[in-house]
Amino acid sequence: MEASEGKSKKQGASRLCCLCNQRRPVLKRPKTLQQICKECFYEVFEEEIHQVIVKNHLFKSGERVAIGASGGKDSTVLAYVLSELNRRHSYGLDLFLLSIDEGITGYRDDSLETVKRNELQYGLPLQILSYKDLYGWTMDDIVKMIGLKNNCTFCGVFRRQALDRGAALLKVDKLVTGHNADDIAETVLLNILRGDIARLSRCTSITTGEDGPIPRCKPFKYTYEKEIVIYPSLLNHFLKLDYFSTECIYSPNAYRGFAREFIKDLERLRPRAILDIIKSGEDFRIATTTKMPEQGTCERCGYISSQKWCKACVLLDGLNRGLPKMGIGRARGGVNGDHQKETKKPASAARSLESKQCGSLDF
Amino acid sequence: MQLTLEFGGGLELLCDSEKIHKVNVDLPNGVQELTMKDLLSWVRTNVIKERPEMFIKGDTVRPGVLVLVNDCDWELSGQLETTIEDKDVIVFISTLHGG
Repeated sequence: MEASEGKSKKQGASRLCCLCNQRRPVLKRPKTLQQICKECFYEVFEEEIHQVIVKNHLFKSGERVAIGASGGKDSTVLAYVLSELNRRHSYGLDLFLLSIDEGITGYRDDSLETVKRNELQYGLPLQILSYKDLYGWTMDDIVKMIGLKNNCTFCGVFRRQALDRGAALLKVDKLVTGHNADDIAETVLLNILRGDIARLSRCTSITTGEDGPIPRCKPFKYTYEKEIVIYPSLLNHFLKLDYFSTECIYSPNAYRGFAREFIKDLERLRPRAILDIIKSGEDFRIATTTKMPEQGTCERCGYISSQKWCKACVLLDGLNRGLPKMGIGRARGGVNGDHQKETKKPASAARSLESKQCGSLDF
Repeated sequence: MQLTLEFGGGLELLCDSEKIHKVNVDLPNGVQELTMKDLLSWVRTNVIKERPEMFIKGDTVRPGVLVLVNDCDWELSGQLETTIEDKDVIVFISTLHGG
């Protein structure tokens, strides 16, 4: 994706980089609307992430850290930048790549090739975990059973657990993911659209799960997706960032897609909107009269859960019993975040289901 | 004029999975200069083979598609008003995919 260093006479001939005042600008930063050159962009991009890491105390020296790596743009840039900063600023971290194979032919198998290349390129050990091994079902199997709706619900729930299991296997202290500012802004909107107060209160935290087995953090929380995409395409050195970029074939019907379109339109009009939505999300306070779900553990597998069974167990049970709709569907109501409990059919004790719309990628 | 068009971030799938296209674009009649606006229209007709709504929305690119003209963000050169010259390299990258 390299473009030649061609004509410069019409671009920025009368303007110079805002930061160094020497070179011609190549990018207008959405965050600040500054026009900056390539070299200043790299510096400022990397330095800002370093500051986010330091100011939010994301890591401690000596920690084993797994990078959730899908082979896509965010996780590839994350792996590269994190290993660079680890070196440059001596964070003292032991970094690993952790990949989840959901079993989506033509999508995940290709992107995993990218992660395997990253393993060699950055010298970071890679662990791959598959849904097949963990749950006995690939996404291809699941979609064959449930059709093209609600796929993302299954996948998102399973992937989150899979990452935690993988992290436990690798005996790491922390997980990092490449969620960027756009993603988090989308999630805030999604949670508002669904009245999911519990998630709304958590989704802007830069570190989550500190009281659980594996805390996870998002160093790209304030990094714009546009800059993450531009970063590798301007990089001219031989370790050119190589990432995989296609939309998951099962995702077109995901609800998140609507929030994403909206955010992109907003960004066009007022780029700061993305960071401002995150700020609003950070400053929300839940009314003390609102009833919030309590966090316990799943009776079946011990994973963190606010219901008797965790979502993954409910979904898996549904799949195994040929009841693919179990765990899906609406039963949500109440302005204060109360959810109506819906008990499903036969066998064993009455189980309450927390149901939600399709297309969730919960945080 | 001879131009090099590059498609990334999944957009190549709209053009027969070809990432790089070397094309010859003729100026519309009576026009002295080619703008990005003209080029987009040309690309939509001549290069995009399917699902044009993933690339174009109205007059301009779909939100979430980055445009670089000779390695430079088109926001700096006037977006649709950017003038295109012979041998220019234009890169379109979609950001709308998983990370």
